[in-house]
Amino acid sequence: MRFMMLMIPAGYESAAPGTMPDDTEQVDAMMAYNRSLQEAGVLVACDGLHPPSMGARVRFDTGRPVVTDGPFAEAKEVLGGYWVINVASRDEAIEWAKRCPGAVNETIEVRQVMETDDFPQEMQTSLADFEAMQNR
Amino acid sequence: MTATDTHRAIEAVWRIEQAKLVASLARQVRDVGLAEEFAQEALVAALKRWPETGVPEKPGAWLMATAKRRAIDHFRRNKLIDRKHAELGHEIETEEDPVAGLEAALDDHVGDDLLSLIFTACHPILSAEARAALTLKLLGGLTTGEIARAFLVPEPTVAQRIVRAKKTLAEANIPFEVPRGEEMAERLGSVLAVIYLIFNEGYSATAGDHWTRPQLCDEALRLGRIMAELAPAEPEVHGLVALMEIQASRIGARIDRNGEPILLPDQDRSRWNRLLINRGLAALERAERLGGGRGFYVLQAAIAACHARAASADDTDWTRIAGLYAVLGAEAPSPVIELNRAVAVSMAEGPAAGLEIVDRLVGDKALKTYHFLPSVRGDFLARLGRFDEARGEFEQAAALTQNAREKTLLTERAQSCARGEMPDR
Repeated sequence: MRFMMLMIPAGYESAAPGTMPDDTEQVDAMMAYNRSLQEAGVLVACDGLHPPSMGARVRFDTGRPVVTDGPFAEAKEVLGGYWVINVASRDEAIEWAKRCPGAVNETIEVRQVMETDDFPQEMQTSLADFEAMQNR
Repeated sequence: MTATDTHRAIEAVWRIEQAKLVASLARQVRDVGLAEEFAQEALVAALKRWPETGVPEKPGAWLMATAKRRAIDHFRRNKLIDRKHAELGHEIETEEDPVAGLEAALDDHVGDDLLSLIFTACHPILSAEARAALTLKLLGGLTTGEIARAFLVPEPTVAQRIVRAKKTLAEANIPFEVPRGEEMAERLGSVLAVIYLIFNEGYSATAGDHWTRPQLCDEALRLGRIMAELAPAEPEVHGLVALMEIQASRIGARIDRNGEPILLPDQDRSRWNRLLINRGLAALERAERLGGGRGFYVLQAAIAACHARAASADDTDWTRIAGLYAVLGAEAPSPVIELNRAVAVSMAEGPAAGLEIVDRLVGDKALKTYHFLPSVRGDFLARLGRFDEARGEFEQAAALTQNAREKTLLTERAQSCARGEMPDR
C-alpha cells in the first residue's frame, strides 16, 4: 500500500520567495534518508516544494474562482515537500517517517494514498481511466 | 502507547531492520543460520523490553547491540567448552578469535552486507524452493506462516525447508561474500532467478483458486529494486526490474469482477498502472545503456515494453516482438520461448505461420505437461476454422493446468469449438 509522507515545516508559510535550505549538512542528512528509502526498495517518489510566497491560491467561496498570490496571511500549516512510499502497513510507514532527520520546526503527516479499489463499486466505471491519467 | 501499539511498532521496525541486522551479523560470524538466531534473540528481547521502556530512539542500533551481545556470549560459552575439551586432550582451536572480531567490527558497508546476504540465501547449493523461502524470510521480512500461505504449502514444510537450507549453507561452509568475476555472473543468475520465481509465484499462481497473490509480487519487486540499488552496473538486474515492473502494471487489469482472468489482448489498457510502466521503461533504458541488449531478462523486458507501449492490442508491434523472441531463442534456446515466438509470428503473419512453428514442438519432452502448448495450438487451429482439432487441444490444455480459473476458461473454449464457434476469448 502506498503512503504519502507530507513534510510540514513551521514558518514555511511566511518564507521569502526563493528560500532554499541553507545548511549543506541538513541536505546531506536528508539525502542519506532518501537513499535509505530507495535502498529498502520502498521509495516511489519524493519532491520538495518552493514556499507558498511563490505560489497562488484559487478559492471558490464566492461561487467563482478567485486567485490570490502568496504568501497567504491566514495559512498556518503549509507543505514543504513529500514522499510517496510503498510499504506493507501503516505502522511501517510511520516507522519510516520516524527515521527522517527532521528539524525541530518540522512535522511529518503520514497519509494513505487512495487506490482505485478503495472506491465503492458504483464509482468504478467513472474511475476506469484514473490510473492512466495520473501518469504517475 | 498501548502494548498492542508497541507490538505493531516492533513488527514494523523488524520488517525494516531484519535484513540489515542478519546481513551485518552474518559478515561477522560467517554463518547465516547463526546470524539469524542472534537476530531473533534480539527481537525476543525487544518484545520483552520495549513494552515497558518504550521503543528506543534508534531501534536498529538497539537490536544490533543486543544481537551482538548474544553472539559474544555464544562464542564465549563455546570457547569455555573448547577449553574443557582441550583439558581432556583435544586440540585448541587456532582460528581467529571470533569475540575480538565481533567487538572490532563496525556497521560499515551495510550495502555490501545486504548483497552478500542475497547471494548467500540464493546459493545454487540449495533447491529453488529453499532459496525462495530463505530469501523471503531473511530479506523480505515475511514470517514462515506468510511464506507458507503465499506458496500454498503447509507451514511445517516451509519451516523445515528454511532450517535445512541454513544447515546446508553452514555445513558446506559457503563463504559469506559477493562473488567476483565469472562466478559473479553465474551466481547473479541464481539470484535473479529466485527473485523472478517469487514474482511469478505471485503473478500467475500455479495452483489454487486465486489468479494472483500480490504480496509476493510486491516482495519480489522490492527485492529487485534493492538489487538495482546495490548492483547498479549489472544490466540484467535492471532488465529483471523492468520486466517485473511492466508485468506488475497489468495486475489490476488481469481479472474481472468475478475473479475471471482477462487475457492480454482483452485487457482494458487504461487500467494498466502508468507509474509501474514508466518505472519499467526507465529501468529497461538503463539496462540497454549498460549494454545488456542481449540479456535474458532485458530481452523479455523489451518484449513486455512492446505491449506496454501499444495504446491498443491492435497497435502491438508483433513483428518486433517476434524478432525479440528470435534473439532470445538464439541466446537461450528453449521450447517455451519458441512457443511464444510462434504466438508472435501468428500475430504478425497469421495463424498458419504460427502453427508451422508449434507443430515442430509437439512431442517435445519438456512441454509434455505444459498446458500452454495445446492451448496455443488450439487457438491457431480455431483461427484456421479447424474447430474439431481445436476442441481436442483445449480439452487437453484444461486437463493439464492446475489453476482452477484457467481450467474453466479453457473448458469454455473447448465448448465453443464443439459448437463450431470461434471462442470469444
